[in-house]
Amino acid sequence: MTDQAHMQAPVAATPRAPLIVASVIFAALALIPVLAEAWGGAWLTSLAVRAMILAIVAISLDLLMGQGGMVSFGHSAFVAIGAYACGIMITEGVYEMALILPVAIAAAGLFALISGAICLRTSGVSFIMITLAFGQMIYFALGSLAQYGADDGLTLWSGPDFLGTSWLGSDMGVYVTVFAVLLATWALVHRITGARFGRVLRAARQNPTRVASMGYSVFRYRLTAYVIAGVIAAIAGVLWATHAAFISPSLGAWQRSGDLIVMVVLGGMATRNGALLGALFFILIEETLSSITHDWRLIFGPLLVLIALYARGGLVGLLDRVRGPR
Amino acid sequence: MTEAVLQLKGLQKAFGALVVTDKVDLDLHPGECHALIGPNGAGKSTLIHQVSGLLQPDAGRIAFEGRDVTGQKQHERAVAGLGRSFQITSILPDFTVLENVALAAQMRAGSSMRFFRRADREEALNAAAMTALDRIGLAPRAAAMAGALSYGEKRMLELAIAIAGKPRALLLDEPMAGMGRAESESLTDTLLELKATYPMLLIEHDMEAVFRLADRVSVLVAGAIVATGTPDEVRADPKARAAYLGEDHAEGAA
Repeated sequence: MTDQAHMQAPVAATPRAPLIVASVIFAALALIPVLAEAWGGAWLTSLAVRAMILAIVAISLDLLMGQGGMVSFGHSAFVAIGAYACGIMITEGVYEMALILPVAIAAAGLFALISGAICLRTSGVSFIMITLAFGQMIYFALGSLAQYGADDGLTLWSGPDFLGTSWLGSDMGVYVTVFAVLLATWALVHRITGARFGRVLRAARQNPTRVASMGYSVFRYRLTAYVIAGVIAAIAGVLWATHAAFISPSLGAWQRSGDLIVMVVLGGMATRNGALLGALFFILIEETLSSITHDWRLIFGPLLVLIALYARGGLVGLLDRVRGPR
Repeated sequence: MTEAVLQLKGLQKAFGALVVTDKVDLDLHPGECHALIGPNGAGKSTLIHQVSGLLQPDAGRIAFEGRDVTGQKQHERAVAGLGRSFQITSILPDFTVLENVALAAQMRAGSSMRFFRRADREEALNAAAMTALDRIGLAPRAAAMAGALSYGEKRMLELAIAIAGKPRALLLDEPMAGMGRAESESLTDTLLELKATYPMLLIEHDMEAVFRLADRVSVLVAGAIVATGTPDEVRADPKARAAYLGEDHAEGAA
């Protein structure tokens, strides 16, 4: 006993493997514009930008789903809110990103706070259904905006400025910006997860009653996570509008939210690189299969079933197994 | 007598037609271990749940350190200083033992709305957790995953979590439940040590432990307290004996 009194707390080591995987992914993404230049294929950079934007959203969803145990079926609504904040402001003649971004963040944050406060009164299947309902509410609300294209969507004839420059007017500018936001999101969500806040959130996923009996308001921490994830998704939405120069209510459709859930589960929930890998893989498969056949989902569906059956823990779990036991 | 740390007045709770807590008055004094005994289904856990805030009573009042906490939520009561353990082991299985306890310590160490610094590297929290683990005798298992602990170790972890939150009173719901004789005895020793620091409301079936630990014993039968007194008084009380020895004896004794 006396020996143990002076026992040091064991400090967990940071595993290296996820950092190596992430380095490879980000290095590959950084090389894509160079390769595209050589092959002269703008479609490749465009594809990569789309994949990176979805990866940002998937990472934010993993904070809710993987770390917080909150399966949101309405997460794409926040993407749509961000995209429409950007689209509407540009249509109204406000081109400055330094104004657009705060408005998008505020709008998404407010919606997350209100809808989250209601959704988080429930859990499990009810939570899934009520987030779905809120998502559909946004979808139909955007579809009714007659002055902004209603169901047909809205074309942005001009892109946003960035601090008075036309940085976001060039493909390279958009690529670099999206890459930077993805890298920042990946790093930030990991920091949040490991910090005090994230520890409470992760604990509440395992055993909310215990966490409450320790003296934490589980609701408060979950709601905060909900707002953070919503805001990140909205930033991705702004980037989407900037990149695509076209937005429509379908950005917030429930099918999109479903795709996001698939990406997170496919990659591996609550892992350092799972959501990132999942989103990139999803887009890659979608692109490859849809170039082969129009009915690509006929192949994609069974593929997902196989992954669900044989790759527990998603792609990250698969990678771990390939590396073998240590 | 000194003012009670915890005081229940006319506590009432029913699930439909089933009365599970029937006008319970009960108090806990500083430095005291007050044991709550009674047959299965008497409503002991339900009572603890109402004190900790997991369940709301239908009527009655709960005062903690002179303040009415009846309307407070579970987490608010924990912040106020009511620590508890659960009858059915309630831990965080995917965390290490150390992190389970460090999270409990984190509640007393300033805001948890911190988003950047790694919590598992916060030395003050880890040190507080190690102190709690050491007091319970679980320090050597600090690095193990909580889900991989043996049953007895999980029960000890319950207790370490409860004391790491710096409670001002402990609600212990069958801390010895399901333990072997040797484990049970060593845990009783631990609780005897803890008693010096924390007033305890203790539910326990292990009578040997109850009589070693308790200063006062209350007997709960069908939601109502039928006897309260020192262990010796309760041992001699016919109603208390009836509760434990069976209804036949009750008739004979009455």
